[in-house]
Amino acid sequence: MAKLKVALYWAASCGGCDIGFLEIGEKLLKLIEVADVVFWPVAMDVKYKDVEAMPDRSIDVCIFNGAIRSSEQEHLAKILREKSKVMIAYGACAYGGGIPGLANMYNREMIMERAYLETPSTINPGKIMPQTSYQSPEGELTLPKLFDTVKTLSQTVKVEYIIPGCPPEERTTWMALEALIEGKLPPVGTVITDNIKAVCDDCPRKRDVKKVKKFYRTYEIISDPEICLLEQGIICAGIATRGGCGSPCPQANMPCTGCYGPVNDVIDQGAHFMNAVASVIDSNEPEEIEKILEDVRDPAGTFYRYNLPDSILRRARV
Amino acid sequence: MSFEPKILGILCNWCSYSGADLAGTSRKKYPANIRIMRVMCSGRVDPVFILKAMESGADGVLVLGCHPGDCHYSEGNYKTIRRMTMLQKLTDQMGIESDRIRLDWVSASEGDNFSAIIRDMTEKIKKLGPFPRNGGNNG
Repeated sequence: MAKLKVALYWAASCGGCDIGFLEIGEKLLKLIEVADVVFWPVAMDVKYKDVEAMPDRSIDVCIFNGAIRSSEQEHLAKILREKSKVMIAYGACAYGGGIPGLANMYNREMIMERAYLETPSTINPGKIMPQTSYQSPEGELTLPKLFDTVKTLSQTVKVEYIIPGCPPEERTTWMALEALIEGKLPPVGTVITDNIKAVCDDCPRKRDVKKVKKFYRTYEIISDPEICLLEQGIICAGIATRGGCGSPCPQANMPCTGCYGPVNDVIDQGAHFMNAVASVIDSNEPEEIEKILEDVRDPAGTFYRYNLPDSILRRARV
Repeated sequence: MSFEPKILGILCNWCSYSGADLAGTSRKKYPANIRIMRVMCSGRVDPVFILKAMESGADGVLVLGCHPGDCHYSEGNYKTIRRMTMLQKLTDQMGIESDRIRLDWVSASEGDNFSAIIRDMTEKIKKLGPFPRNGGNNG
């Protein structure tokens, strides 16, 4: 049997997904036995033109991490789609927009001004801003264009599978790779995890009645390590997040932030999460409810931390 | 042509839907901008319904339930208060004008109140203009 051809690419991401991929450790050798990696910018020297020269559908699987927020990323997503039989959105950014997706609270001008003029560490008296094209004596130099709105991979090209996580846990990555190696890929559209229930299903903390009078940020309270974090007033996304990660965060006394995305059939993880959190407030008085909710300082960043571009609203109106 | 907003009204079966019915049978006038959807209780209203309505063509969403204390299911409308307060915080942050999403109470005997609320909301949204869909902008 001919060896499989695998490509890996990073778009708007932090690089953590490539490291997450390497978490499979020596199992990488099992992968290499049956597959050749033909493109992987973080690990190999391959030029974009080499990929462009490959025949269409010559790559078996492309594992794509990162959101799409520049013309370069969009171009590569489209090229890799043409060259690949199967496209996998790997990690929270490719899946839902991830942390870079929170840029959808602003637009391009606001982001550029902040980065090149306003930040305290910036000295730019000439107000020089990056341009997409520059005529130098040697010829034209170009830079990719930054988009106003961050997009997910599936909003850009057709995607067959999703491997969620920020970054995906080793067990999730390997579950997908094993299916690939054995040729037992699930139906198209599957979000590959080993638990389709919420993170709470994996979480060993004790759960009782949820009634909350005050919400705390993690630094404001020393939490009980045995009891459900949400019951203690710490906003934990476990209730609205797909399991399969094994709940490492709640077990390390940190609330789940929702990186595995929504559970099946939920169209907007943030709204789902917000709905559940609002329901546990222990008050019937509008003024008191208002006061309790003052502790939720950043609703968009709390509820839509990894999936703002994939939400119903997609972005803030600025 | 002047802008005629589309407003989705999500009304609870026991108080507000009957209130709207009373407004009709007693021939109260109110603008035709509201489209009514009946739910068993305002506590059934998930924020997803409201966001989805906004992205699907509504310029405003009105949720009406029984007055606090009068819920047919004892405390469904208290849950509505919590959710709508939370949603309002989010939509403020997302740059959606607060007049576009409204929670109010109409009992079965308040046909007048119902038509007044619809008039007021329609007027406010007419001033705001259409809701920018499709993420607001692209590119």
